[in-house]
Amino acid sequence: MLAPALLPAGATLCLFRMPPNASLHGIATDGLMRWNLIALLACFTAAHLWLVVAIFLRKQSTANAVISQQKKNNIVPNAAGKSQQAQPPAPHHAFSLQWLLLPILCAMYIWMAVTAQHLWAADRFEGPSPGAMQVEVVGQQFVWYFRYPGQDAAFGITRPSLVNAATGNPLGLDPQDPRGNDDLVASELVLPVGREVDLRLRSLDVIHGFFIPAMRLKQNAVPGLVLHVHFTPIAVGIYPILCSQVCGSGHARMQAELRVVSPSAYQDWLKAKEQQHQQEAAQ
Amino acid sequence: MMKRIFTTSHRVIGAHYLQLSLTAVAVGTLLSLLMRIHRVWPDTPLPFYGILKPEDYLALVTMHGTLMIFFVLTTAPQSGFANLVLPAQIGARQMAFPRLNAAAFWLAVAAFVILISAFFVPQGAPISGWTSYPPFSAIAAAGPGQGAGMDLWLVSIGVFCLSSWLSSVNMLATILTERCPGMTWTRLPMTVWAWLVTSILTLLVFSVLLAAIVLLYSDRHFGSSFFVPLGDIVNGHIVGRGDGSPLLWLHLFWFFGHPEVYIAVLPGMGLATSLFANFTRRNVPGYRTMAAMLVLIGLLGLAVWGHHMFVSGMNPYAGTAFALTTMAIAVPSTVEVLGWLTLLSYGGLRLKTPMLFALGFLSFFIAGGLTGPILAQPALDSYLHNTFFVVAHFHLVMAMAGVFSIFAGVYYWFPLLTGRLMNETLGKVHFWISLIAAYGTFFPMHLTGLAGEPRHYERLSGPIASFSAILPAERGITYSALLLAAAQLLFLWNFISSARRGQRAESNPWQATTLEWAPEGFAVRVEHGPYDYSVPSGEAKFIPQWEAASKQE
Repeated sequence: MLAPALLPAGATLCLFRMPPNASLHGIATDGLMRWNLIALLACFTAAHLWLVVAIFLRKQSTANAVISQQKKNNIVPNAAGKSQQAQPPAPHHAFSLQWLLLPILCAMYIWMAVTAQHLWAADRFEGPSPGAMQVEVVGQQFVWYFRYPGQDAAFGITRPSLVNAATGNPLGLDPQDPRGNDDLVASELVLPVGREVDLRLRSLDVIHGFFIPAMRLKQNAVPGLVLHVHFTPIAVGIYPILCSQVCGSGHARMQAELRVVSPSAYQDWLKAKEQQHQQEAAQ
Repeated sequence: MMKRIFTTSHRVIGAHYLQLSLTAVAVGTLLSLLMRIHRVWPDTPLPFYGILKPEDYLALVTMHGTLMIFFVLTTAPQSGFANLVLPAQIGARQMAFPRLNAAAFWLAVAAFVILISAFFVPQGAPISGWTSYPPFSAIAAAGPGQGAGMDLWLVSIGVFCLSSWLSSVNMLATILTERCPGMTWTRLPMTVWAWLVTSILTLLVFSVLLAAIVLLYSDRHFGSSFFVPLGDIVNGHIVGRGDGSPLLWLHLFWFFGHPEVYIAVLPGMGLATSLFANFTRRNVPGYRTMAAMLVLIGLLGLAVWGHHMFVSGMNPYAGTAFALTTMAIAVPSTVEVLGWLTLLSYGGLRLKTPMLFALGFLSFFIAGGLTGPILAQPALDSYLHNTFFVVAHFHLVMAMAGVFSIFAGVYYWFPLLTGRLMNETLGKVHFWISLIAAYGTFFPMHLTGLAGEPRHYERLSGPIASFSAILPAERGITYSALLLAAAQLLFLWNFISSARRGQRAESNPWQATTLEWAPEGFAVRVEHGPYDYSVPSGEAKFIPQWEAASKQE
C-alpha cells in the first residue's frame, strides 16, 4: 500500500516544474522562484536533519551541562552523588546557535522581501509603456471574451442592459457610441510576439481569475472594477488561459486560448477579423 | 440523562466538543476522499449516487473546507482541549461563566446540524468554496446550491460565530480572573498563553465575520447591495442595482480568515512546547521569549490578511504593505521553531506517542511554514495564487500541523478523560503511517501547483488545457489520502478499546509539572514555573507546580 503512494510522490520531484515561460517579466519571476524554492528546501532539510539528530542524541548533554555548571559554581557532589545545591543546568550551546541562526534567517527573509518587491513594483506599480497595445478581457460564466479597440484605438461604451449573446452583442456594446463601431470581439486572445500588451480586465457577473500560466500572469476579473495588467509575450506559441477563481459549476471548463504569433501574422488575423466584422455590420 | 446532556461542567463540555469535532472530521474526511476519487476517476459512477456532477464536486470542496476549518480546527484545539484542561491548568475550580459555556457548545452543535442540512435541500450544498466570494455567493441564480444551500451555510456560520464568541468571552474571563494564587503570568503553561491569544483573536475576528455574514444575508434577502456592483448580470438578468463592492467582502472575510489560521494552530504550538519540555525533561529555554512570540504572532496575524488578495484587484501598493507584514510574521515563527529545536537538541527524547505527534506537528509546521515566505511575495503569488501549491501550503501548516497537535493532545490527556492510557504500539503505528501518508498526500501538491494546476477543478482536462501530465502524481495523492484516512481507523480502534480495557494510568503518568495532573486537593498556591524539569527535588527529578515551596528546601 505504501509503495504506490510513495513512488509517484518521489517521481514527481524530478518530473514536474513550471510550464515553459513565454513572457518578458517571467524570466525574473522564474529566477526568483528557483532560488526561493532551493533556499527553503535547504531550510526544510536542515531542520529535519536537526530533528533526526536530536531524536538519536542521548541525554549526555544534560549531565555534562550539570557537571560543568557545578564546576563553575565550585559545588562538589557529595557521596550520594547528589549536589548540595541544585542549580538548573547551564544553557546548552544550541541555545546560542539559535541566536546565531535567527539573524541569518531574518536576513534571508529580508532579501526575499526586497527582491520580490522589486519585481512586483516593476510589474504592477508602473503602468504599460505608451506604445502598448490595448485589449479588453471580459469574464462571464463560463467564457472569456477579448475585445480589440479597432482603428480608433478606443473602446466603445458598454451597457449591461444591452448584453445579449444571442444577438451577437455579448458585451453590451452601445450602437450610439461611434467609438464602438470598429470594436472587435473575439473568443481567443491573439497577440503579436515581442509587443507589450495592456489588458483591461472586467467581469460581467461574478469574480473570475484570469490566469495564463505560461505568461506568469494572474489577475482576478472583478465585476464593477476595471483592472489593468501588462506583459510582453516573447515566444510564439499557443498557451492556455484558465479561470483561477471558482465561479460556478463550469469553472473547470472556463478556458480560452492565447495565440502568440509573428507581427505579420497578427496583422493578417486582424484584417480578416475586421472584414468579417464589416460584413456582419452590413447585413 | 437531561442533566448529563445539559451539563455546565467544563470537563464534560470539553469532551462533548471533542465528540463534535470527531463527527465533523469523519464527515469532512469522507468528503475529501470522494473529491480525491473523482479527480482521478471522474467518469466512474459512485455507488448509491452515480456520476458526480461538476457542482457536486464544488459542493464537496465547500463543505469539506467549512467543516474542517470551523468544526475541527477551531473547535477541537480551542474549545475542546481548553474546556478539558484550562481551568485545571490555572488552578481554577471551574470556568468563569459555566452556563455561557454550555450555551456556546449547544450553539456550535446547532451550527453543525444546520450546515449538514444544506446537503438535503433542493439543489444541495453551496458551491462557492469556504470563502464564499460574492457576487457568486450573493445571487441565488449564480449556480446550483447557491439558493437554499447558501442560506443555510450563512446561518450556520453566523450561529458558529456567536458560539465562538461566547466561548472566547468565557475563556478570556477565566484566564484573567480565575487563576489560583501564585499563578503569575510567567508561571502559565504555554498552552494557556496560546488560549489567551486565540480567545482575544476569536473575539475580534469572529465579530467581523458575523457582521460580514449579516451584510451578505441582507444582500440576498433584503435588497441591500453591499457586495453586488451596479449593473451586475447573472444568468441573463441584471441583479446589481446598488453600487456594492465584492472586494469589501474579501477584506472583511480575510480579516477573519487569516487570524483564523492562528486560532487553529496556536494551541498546537503551546501544547508542543509543553510536550517537548516534558518528554525531554528540560525546562523551556527562553520561556518569556516563547510566550512573547505567541502574542506577537497573534498581533501580527491581525495585519496580514491582504496577502490573500494580491491578485484580487487590491491596490498594488497595499500588496507591498501586506507582503512586508506577512514576511515580518516569519520572524516570531522562526524564533518559536528555533526554540523548539534548541529544546530538542538537549537529547534524551522520550519518544512516547504524544511526543511523536508533537514532533510530527513540528515537522509539518516547518514544511508548511517555509512555503509561507514564497506565497508572501506578490510577484511569486501572482503565479501560485489559487493553485495546488497553496493547497499544499495550508494543508501542511494548518490542517496537518493542527490535526497532529490534536492527536498529541488526545494521546497525552487521554488519562484525564478515562483514567487509562492509550495503547503505545497502536499509537506509534498510527503515527508513522499518518506521517508518511500525510506527506505523500500533500507534498506532491506543491509540484502540481507549480505545474499550474488551479484549485476547484473537478477534472484535470478542460476544453483547452489538459493537466493529464500530472495524472500519475494525482493518483499517488489519492492513494496516499486513502491510506491516511484508513490509518485513522487504527486511532478510532485504539481510542475505543483503550477507553474500555486500556492500561490503568497512575495519577501523573507522564510525570508532568502542570496543574491538570495534580492530585485532588493540592495546596492552592503555586510556587513554581510550569516546566521545572531536570531540577532535582528529593527522589523525583522535577518539581510539579502543585508542590509547596517548603518541600524542596
